[in-house]
Amino acid sequence: MNTGDTSFMLVATALVMFMTPGLALFYGGLVRNKNVLSTIMHSICCLGLISFIWLAYGYSLAFGPDLGGFIGNLDWIGLKGVGLDPGPYSDTIPDLLFCAFQLMFAIITPALISGAYAERMKFTAFLLFTVLWSTFVYMPVCHWVWGQGGWLGKLGALDFAGGTVIHINSACAALVAALMLGKRKGWGQEAFHPHNLPMTVLGAGILWFGWFGFNAGSALSAGKIATLAFFTTQIATGCALMSWVVAEWIIQGKPTTLGAASGAVAGLVAITPAAGFVGPVSATIIGLVAGALCYSAILLKGRLGYDDALDVVAVHGVGGLWGALATGLFASVAWNPDGANGLFFGNPLQFLIQAIGAGAAIVYSLTISFVILKLVDMTVGLRVERDDEIQGLDITQHSEIGYNI
Amino acid sequence: MKKIEAIIKPFKLDDVKDALYEAGIKGMTISEVKGHGRQKGHKEIYRGAEYVVDFIPKIKIEIIVDAEIVEQVVETIRSAANTGKIGDGKIFVLPVDDVIRVRTGERGKEAI
Repeated sequence: MNTGDTSFMLVATALVMFMTPGLALFYGGLVRNKNVLSTIMHSICCLGLISFIWLAYGYSLAFGPDLGGFIGNLDWIGLKGVGLDPGPYSDTIPDLLFCAFQLMFAIITPALISGAYAERMKFTAFLLFTVLWSTFVYMPVCHWVWGQGGWLGKLGALDFAGGTVIHINSACAALVAALMLGKRKGWGQEAFHPHNLPMTVLGAGILWFGWFGFNAGSALSAGKIATLAFFTTQIATGCALMSWVVAEWIIQGKPTTLGAASGAVAGLVAITPAAGFVGPVSATIIGLVAGALCYSAILLKGRLGYDDALDVVAVHGVGGLWGALATGLFASVAWNPDGANGLFFGNPLQFLIQAIGAGAAIVYSLTISFVILKLVDMTVGLRVERDDEIQGLDITQHSEIGYNI
Repeated sequence: MKKIEAIIKPFKLDDVKDALYEAGIKGMTISEVKGHGRQKGHKEIYRGAEYVVDFIPKIKIEIIVDAEIVEQVVETIRSAANTGKIGDGKIFVLPVDDVIRVRTGERGKEAI
């Protein structure tokens, strides 16, 4: 046990927790004011719901003793045997702290999906979907990559802080949800203006701040690799911010604030799998590509015609996929001896492994998310009534309004 | 008596108000309104999606004046609200049958 590592990880865990309210503000500002509270609830409720699931059986499924490389078993149900001494995942911090750190990841992942179904999903459907999705999609994929004996981890897939587990995974669910729920009423006919962009920018700032805990904390110790992850996070995010802004300036004639905030999130997403495996110069390239690439994906969305309300697919899906593949290009053992070399450092196999990892998560998440959403639709119904949607989800689902001014 | 309704650019409100005070106008009613004339709307961009916003924010000023000073007041508003650019607004002059002061019950010109 190491008190330095323990204190660092306590702080990192709190930082990751702070990302979920940050996400609530980020998403909340982007919807119309009649849906601001319902959108915030989608994120905030995950803090409650997933905490309980994690204790009850989630941690055991994700990190417990391996069952065929696919999922953990139920030996650690109710956190049985998870104590204050170091456990199988770290020699220097309490087992319970690792469990808490990973809990924060499990919380924000389903919250990310909510951007796709914002402004039209029933609250009961959200609750049921979130429980089922966490159980049958997040826990297994998390086990594949990070659990002891997980098949992707054994294959050598690199995912430093969750590009595949969190971002690709949630974005695939988001795509299925957007397609199955259908377009918001008035899509293509009326303008859906973000109702509070300063709130969105504040949310993006909180996400950025919290992401240092997410990425640097994924080193699980206060030292060289945490420092590397911290720095690559900053540089990639800054580059992606500028890259998005410049791209839209060239294409649409104006640099926008929302573009800056979105570019920053795109950069954060893209560097996540690579953070502790690549050097700062590689991080610069990862960030520069991420901003322009995710912006292009958003332009494409308009042509494809599905209503991913807050662009989860374009930012987390495209950014996450780019990050996962870029890790296979830029990873370097000169920076992290416990990692691997990527294609540009003489190891093309790593790129292939990254592609397999991302592909597996995509296929699995798309399929199971579809089944879960079908199930939710058949039981409680996915979408609110048309009149409720017009009136807004805040008043019809929660009997309150965001602003009394 | 006439009613003067002026639609102006919001940032010109202070100039117009000061000019009207100088011209001896003692009261007015203003409201925040939205609309467009030949100027049409403007473009907004959110994450790549471009929206044309048809109705843009304006201020409407309503004043009731004696018919004799209508031209003077109209000119005061026009010169204070003028920027020379499209979208400066419009001024309407309408007849008013009567005016009643609620407190005293005075009517007509006395009540303005």
